[in-house]
Amino acid sequence: MAEIPDHLLKRAQAAREKAQANQEPKVSPNEGVTAQTTSVVDDESLVQEIDEKAENILHQIQSGLNEKLISSHVAPNRGLWIRVSSKDWRETAQFLKDQLDCQFFDWLSVIDWMPSPYGRELDTEQDIEPETVNPEEQPIEWGYTGGQTRFQLICRVYSITLGIGIMVKADLDDQNPRALSLIPIYPGANWHEREAREMFGVTFDEHPDLRNIYLPGDFEGHPLRKDYPLLSRRMKPWPGVVDVEVMPGEEK
Amino acid sequence: MSLTSESDQLAYIASQAADARVNVEVETDEGMTLNLGPQHPATHGTLRIIAKLDGEKVVAAEPIMGYMHRGYEKLTEVRTYPQVTTLINRIDWLGSFANEVPFILAAEQLMEVEAPPRAQWIRTILFELSRIANVCLFLGDMAVQIGATTPVFYAFRDREFVLNQIERVTGGRFHPNFDRIGGLKDDLPKGWIEETRGALNRMQAFCDEMEELVLGNEIFQARTRGIGTIPSDIALAYGLSGANLRASGVDWDIRRDANVGLVYDQVDWKVWTHPDGDSFARFWVRLQETREACNIIDQLLGTIPSGPIMAKVPRIIKVPPGEAYVATENPLGEMGFYVVSKGDLTPFRVKIRSASFSNMSIAPWVLKDVFVPDIISILASLYFILGDIDR
Repeated sequence: MAEIPDHLLKRAQAAREKAQANQEPKVSPNEGVTAQTTSVVDDESLVQEIDEKAENILHQIQSGLNEKLISSHVAPNRGLWIRVSSKDWRETAQFLKDQLDCQFFDWLSVIDWMPSPYGRELDTEQDIEPETVNPEEQPIEWGYTGGQTRFQLICRVYSITLGIGIMVKADLDDQNPRALSLIPIYPGANWHEREAREMFGVTFDEHPDLRNIYLPGDFEGHPLRKDYPLLSRRMKPWPGVVDVEVMPGEEK
Repeated sequence: MSLTSESDQLAYIASQAADARVNVEVETDEGMTLNLGPQHPATHGTLRIIAKLDGEKVVAAEPIMGYMHRGYEKLTEVRTYPQVTTLINRIDWLGSFANEVPFILAAEQLMEVEAPPRAQWIRTILFELSRIANVCLFLGDMAVQIGATTPVFYAFRDREFVLNQIERVTGGRFHPNFDRIGGLKDDLPKGWIEETRGALNRMQAFCDEMEELVLGNEIFQARTRGIGTIPSDIALAYGLSGANLRASGVDWDIRRDANVGLVYDQVDWKVWTHPDGDSFARFWVRLQETREACNIIDQLLGTIPSGPIMAKVPRIIKVPPGEAYVATENPLGEMGFYVVSKGDLTPFRVKIRSASFSNMSIAPWVLKDVFVPDIISILASLYFILGDIDR
């Protein structure tokens, strides 16, 4: 392995100091219990933008779904997020298709909100920030519309007449993540649900054919879960600057 | 290998035949099962289709993929934002610059950075050039699947001019990796605009040639008209996008209706639709779109504003926490990136919505009750790239 050049070490040190300096003022607001909501409020007060179309549609969803709607988020001109319970998953899709003319099925997937137990997998000598927190002790932080469980189902449907895409999220049970399949409403959900099943281990009830779509039939584990190790990185760390091979004829 | 004796030859033939039998057809009680692929010229790579036949008719068809699954969604989680574009270049390898754009735009949305006008212009031009490079091959390839071998050579010949132009700007013919958060890597080289106009003229001539050679051809029409018809409501429910959707009569184009970050609103252009929804309509719409792309580029070349090509972005890119979904109208259809950031150097989760995955999910529906030769022509008209299905 080549020696790390001095100027690179200096640069990394400078960046590390700068990153630390940037982090210090941010420490206090993150300590609050309601860090989630405050950050959203901060975000909106900064932007000072109101997306009227999205607000109107959110209002329609609110009056249609009533108490089924757990929370919602409007990012002005970027999108509309709603969160429902996983037992209302299919009814919500039915509602969006019938009442809001969301005919276009865009995609469906799952987010695993658990912080990766393997850290950022970028740990080389050149890494700018040393790991300060043990990843396993990190609390789960959810994105827009909040959350309560590790796995969140997310699906996007689009209404061509209204010209808006709606992101629907639903919390899934930690031990036994399952939801009703959307195939009766959107036949296109078929492959997306098969992919979500093999990658995250989420079961879709009433799905006719939950075989693996990409992986071999006897594959064990669910690769996109955060606790599934990326083996290539386990075997050999990300090269960074130090591992760049010397070209033939080039001095070290 | 020399097969001298007759018994050697017979044994060799028998072993070859045994292999072929396993790979090609299996007689069952309910009719015949025909296996197509994974190594078949009509599958553009490694798609495998298992069709159950009753005589010449397909009773059920099932695509099997995963032979090329590379796990990009997992790999993005351990790469910094600028490193991700190298990977996603390889999703749709025929129009790779177009793959980078939605991801970069999603990251820009989260960082609240906007590329300067000149960068937006050049992005749109390169985006449309990759559309031409991609769809051009389809126009030739579709004819090959029907049985006409010549057009694909014309397509490869004329596509070269477009690739040359992409190469002159980005340095890469297939994997440019040119888009950056906040702008572009480089400015246009000298004399590029004029040369691009020449390439566009070449493309226009190619489109005319295809129209005469393929579209007006009697055999082509007999093989595509009324074949593989997809009604608009089915197309929407399966998530078909791009030209496949517009060929079913749905007047929806992300470039016009949900444009993010590109300058299509500065151009006078038209969204082409066709009411029929059959293989012919899909070919026709793509042909018109290639011409329209030439038209868009031609207008944009004349109006590129001057100025910087990079916005002010930090040297080490950290994307603030949030979630963003940006989709663009890629050559194959809607391609979108759902980026979840936790304020780190790497994305927390990236969901890649690729067009071919959804476009192909309709295959079991559309291939039902068609005849065996039409499997090939319908698949060709749906137009998929394996990298875009398997990701």
